Amino acid sequence: MSMRVLLLFGLCCLAAVRGLGAAEPKEKPAQLPPAADRTVDFVRDIQPIFAERCNHCHGEDEQEGYLRLDAKAVVMKGGKSGPLLVSGKSADSLLVHRLAGLGTEKRMPLEDEPLSGEQIGLIRAWIDQGAKWPDGVGSRATSVKLHWAYVAPVSPPLPAVGNAAWCAGPIDRFILARLDREQIVPAPAADRERLLRRVSFDLIGLPPSLAEVDAFLADESPDAYERQVDRLLASPRYGERWTTPWLDAARYADSNGYQRDGHRTIWPYRDYIIRALNADLPFDRFTIDQIAGDLVPEATLEQKIATGFHRCTTVNVEAGTDEEENRTNQVIDRVNVTGTVWLGTTFECCQCHNHKYDPFTQRDYYQLYAFFNNTPKETYQRTKGSAALDFGGPEEKLPIDKGTEHRRTQITERHKQIAADLELCLEDEATGLAAWERELSDPAKAEAAKLPENIRRILAIEPDKRRPNQKTVLRTHFIGQHPQASKMQQDMEELQKQIDALAPAATLVMSESESRMTAILKRGNFLDPGEEVGPGTPRLLPSMSAEGAVDRLDLARWLVDAANPLTARVQVNRAWGQFFGRGIVASEEDFGTQSEPPTHPELLDWLAVELPGGGWSLKRIHRRIVESSTYRQSSKVRSDLASKDPNNLLLARGPRSRLSAEAIRDNALALSGRLSSKMHGPPVHPPQPDGIWRVTGAVDNTYRTSQGEDSHRRGVYTVWRRSAPYPSFVSFDAPNRSACVVKRPQSNTPLQALTLLNDPVYVDLAAGLADRLLEETLTRSVSEGAAAADLDAHLTHAFRTVLSRRPGEAELSSLRAIFTDAQHRYRSDPKAARQLAKGRTLPANVDPAQWAAWFNLAHVLLNLDETITKN
Amino acid sequence: MMSANPQSAIRNPQLAVTRRALFQRTGMGIGSIALSCLLGEDASAASPSSSLQPHFPPRAKNVIFLHMVGAPSQLELFDHKPTLAQYDGQPCPKHLIEGQRFAFLRGHPSLLGPRFKFAKHGNSGLELSELLPHLASVADEIAVVKTLHTEQINHGPAQLMFHTGFGRFGRPSLGSWASYGLGSENRDLPAYVVMITGKVAGAGSALWGSGFLPSVHQGVEFRSQGDPVLFLSNPAGVTPADRRRLLDGIQSLNQQQLTDVGDPEIATRISQYEMAYRMQSSVPELMDISAEPAETRELYGAKPGQASFANNCLLARRLVERGVRFVQLFHADWDTHSNIDTGLPARTKEVDQPMAALVQDLKQRGLLDETLVVWGGEFGRTPMLQGTDADDNPAARPGRDHHKDAFCVWLAGGGVKGGTTVGQTDDLGYTIVEDPVHINDFHATLLHLLGLDHERLTFKFQGRQYRLTDVAGKVVTKLLA
Repeated sequence: MSMRVLLLFGLCCLAAVRGLGAAEPKEKPAQLPPAADRTVDFVRDIQPIFAERCNHCHGEDEQEGYLRLDAKAVVMKGGKSGPLLVSGKSADSLLVHRLAGLGTEKRMPLEDEPLSGEQIGLIRAWIDQGAKWPDGVGSRATSVKLHWAYVAPVSPPLPAVGNAAWCAGPIDRFILARLDREQIVPAPAADRERLLRRVSFDLIGLPPSLAEVDAFLADESPDAYERQVDRLLASPRYGERWTTPWLDAARYADSNGYQRDGHRTIWPYRDYIIRALNADLPFDRFTIDQIAGDLVPEATLEQKIATGFHRCTTVNVEAGTDEEENRTNQVIDRVNVTGTVWLGTTFECCQCHNHKYDPFTQRDYYQLYAFFNNTPKETYQRTKGSAALDFGGPEEKLPIDKGTEHRRTQITERHKQIAADLELCLEDEATGLAAWERELSDPAKAEAAKLPENIRRILAIEPDKRRPNQKTVLRTHFIGQHPQASKMQQDMEELQKQIDALAPAATLVMSESESRMTAILKRGNFLDPGEEVGPGTPRLLPSMSAEGAVDRLDLARWLVDAANPLTARVQVNRAWGQFFGRGIVASEEDFGTQSEPPTHPELLDWLAVELPGGGWSLKRIHRRIVESSTYRQSSKVRSDLASKDPNNLLLARGPRSRLSAEAIRDNALALSGRLSSKMHGPPVHPPQPDGIWRVTGAVDNTYRTSQGEDSHRRGVYTVWRRSAPYPSFVSFDAPNRSACVVKRPQSNTPLQALTLLNDPVYVDLAAGLADRLLEETLTRSVSEGAAAADLDAHLTHAFRTVLSRRPGEAELSSLRAIFTDAQHRYRSDPKAARQLAKGRTLPANVDPAQWAAWFNLAHVLLNLDETITKN
Repeated sequence: MMSANPQSAIRNPQLAVTRRALFQRTGMGIGSIALSCLLGEDASAASPSSSLQPHFPPRAKNVIFLHMVGAPSQLELFDHKPTLAQYDGQPCPKHLIEGQRFAFLRGHPSLLGPRFKFAKHGNSGLELSELLPHLASVADEIAVVKTLHTEQINHGPAQLMFHTGFGRFGRPSLGSWASYGLGSENRDLPAYVVMITGKVAGAGSALWGSGFLPSVHQGVEFRSQGDPVLFLSNPAGVTPADRRRLLDGIQSLNQQQLTDVGDPEIATRISQYEMAYRMQSSVPELMDISAEPAETRELYGAKPGQASFANNCLLARRLVERGVRFVQLFHADWDTHSNIDTGLPARTKEVDQPMAALVQDLKQRGLLDETLVVWGGEFGRTPMLQGTDADDNPAARPGRDHHKDAFCVWLAGGGVKGGTTVGQTDDLGYTIVEDPVHINDFHATLLHLLGLDHERLTFKFQGRQYRLTDVAGKVVTKLLA
């Protein structure tokens, strides 16, 4: 790596705003050398300077900053930082500023001797004299080479392949053409059982039922598989499965993050995503609704809810937090997340300075920032001027039905009535607060009343000199010892609970209610605003079609504009990653110049054209992928490719990867027969160990474990508290959702083993699976004398229930050993069996020893590597 | 344990790359055992991250990091300011507050003199507060940095800064970087262990999170109540022999799957189940401090069965003794806005004896040379008075606001020069006048002591090589022995 590149690595930073206290060394302000006092000829005077000092970085071979100084057209247009020359005004020209080291950017040539004053003077004179550059001199290039991702994809022709019969569609042509080049033959197709299990997990995140497996095995029609795909794509479970990765990207959670980590209501946004994905809402609509649904003319409630995407941002409501700093951080987060999720672009480098690799400037950054800078702040001071903050910001109330509304009004009326009665009671001449206080002026009575110290202190103060909170304390004390009043107080509290419970849920949304000026923040520091900028998109990406004043809605439309080179590529790549375990571009979060090169660039482009071409239907892309022969290959690791393609980059076999945290639990729930199919609604609180929620600060840390069906809902409905997410999900690599994640890591740890072996949730599901298997087994005919054959049939049934496929001979023999060992153990030690079954309701006519053997088998099955793997 | 890896066919001796590099090349956190299979290592010998080579010979092998959550007052503990005492109750000089932001202070605050006495200790004459009598007994072992400074003035962001080098979410913690850089030396325990006394710090589990690093490097919380590690105990009615039988059953089927499919991830799964099994005995054994001699327990003030900082300090020693790379202790409730006089002594009483005992105990066992002990909070406290009582009387319950521009940490062992102080603040303890140490510098130094060059310990994410120290950080050479 060259020295220069090393330096660049070091310079590419983010948001590291140094403390105010830490002084930075300042360079002496640079001077602008005077312009040369003579007529300048470009070829004689200027071109040699460019050639000697500039063109090795800004020329034919390298075009740093998207600039080349050997091509007239490019020089006249400028590079990433904008126009280079103002003809006739050298003192206002960026080129001269950079050479002289004026302004905030580094002097050019970077890390090299500066140009002499005389050379700069010549360049000044050349500009002042009209920057004449004779035609035909230098390179004829009219633009710089852009990194592939910044050039709009064009659907490539389908390549020729050796075995066209293998190809189910265009995807396979691209994959096979590459394999042909490497002289690799694809793997054989996966068997139907494995394939159905694979595609079920991929499309709906759940295993196929045994009945579904059997139906597929029996289906001899040529489109049997395609019809399974139809069924899965139409299932409401599809939206639930695909919502999880989207929520990771949206950093969706049910709490604020940071100190206190208070609870927030935004689950209607999660439900919007599930509904939108199930309805296959075109991705352009899906984008516009989430980025700017509030600004769409005559926006529907649904579109407003969709803007919850950018209300998922964290916020620190810790007392003493600077509200403006908080707000700035949120806007920054919104710009960065938009960049990652839609554009596969890491904008955050440009918070402080121009991007060192990608064609984005600090100005570009704050122009994007301006789009997001007009929403209200989301904290408020508890009382004016106080350091204590509470969470706020715009909300949208969900409709409630008439009946509920009526009941709520009635209860509110009763509450008001009692409140009025309480006031009367307090004001009563003979028995009210004032009377009580008069009575206590008698020292003997005061003594007898055994008043707490603080009440005595307050009573000692003249009534009109008491502070409001002292009056409240006194009033509360009085009510507490007054039988009638305290009863009324209790009734009111009870009614208030009912009123709250009937309140319409309000979900967090965006609203464009402020009009703030946006300035470039020097070094990203919100206390150091510089030049003002308006909303706009990055200079080197295709411009917006909107004219005049633009807002967030225009930005949203620009993201899904046909000319945008990134959005479709980024989406199809991420979908590909979900199916194959890695994207065609492995760095799914970044498509910039430092990204991983695509393994199949033509395929990526073909898919990226296919997405908008197919009406932005994600389901259509998913279908294309799962119906490909590439996807349908066996996933067995090929020893013949161990050195050639150990990581399966060329896809000469099918995908194999561990299930996600949610899918692992959903799978166990489904297998145990306990999975609830209930959709939508407030987050649920499945059982978790005590003491997980114990973050500091004034916040309710009580974990109210859901009862009944709600304890067995799919993982997508599990409450997400940022300071302490659901522990078994954390073990299986679920993020804390405080920051945008577009690709979860996949670890393989002992904590995962402990979770599946011992987490009471999983133990309980193993018991559920045992119950289910026992019941299913008992209803099968058991013929006398054929017990051994029956056992094999039972074990095969159990194995198929969990893994969809039949066990091999050796596997069956292992199952037999596992089962008979356990049977022997628990028959010979009935007490141990009873202990294991303690507290559980066993199926009818099943003794604990028999149940324990089945439980043991179920526990083994739920812990198999294959059970938690899509293969 | 398990039979030889049937995947020998896919071993590739040409892949002569470091494991760190391979993590990067594959671009994902696949289990490192899978990697060790690929690299031709024996899968059974590898734990989630077996030991890796540092960049240069390390001074410390392990770290015990003690975080006093809420930010202890340096002016009552380590940074003795007699001048501040003279000006107690006087309005603070105007230039100190001009243009400054505070979390709570408003208007023109007065100065608050130190509330506790200081004295010199040890051969080095290190000045320490009367609140730290036990620490005074190991004064010659510790180095105090008086000039740490940070960028955040609120707890949550400052805690993130203290552990991840960045004031917002998303970055890996120091312990995760250490695990990523050095791996683990114990097959039966995680490389990075977290223990908490009291409530969890505001920023939550992100403080020991792995950010964009493979999640195998996140800290694992060892709890004081319930299972020490979540889900460590067998379900009711399952004996250790039952568990072994169950595992044998699981493993026999996993083994067949490995033979059939050949995915090294299956080999990893098999060995992780074995490690889980070993943890079921190694962790309870580790956590059982009743096995320690009575005098050791007394040294720390540890009592079996109690949830206390003392117990956690003793456990920290037991962890590093067993090769755990990074032990992170949190101790809650140091946020003395209005109760320095009572709150601070209450906290120091909980930590002084155990932390001193930790240094002493490590020393007498010959472990201090290779163990770095670090103590500190997310920021410091102002020389200005904050806090009023219910009657608006400012002096009744004095306290101090958050202060980011100068605060203290101490370090001991692992290549640190004992009995030294680094840096100097002004007479009021407000600004740094000599040797500022930014959080990035602090992190660079800790990594340096572990044999890691903070500029070379990188992970590529979002098209960029990320570091714990971002683009800054200088090793504080004055701290080095």
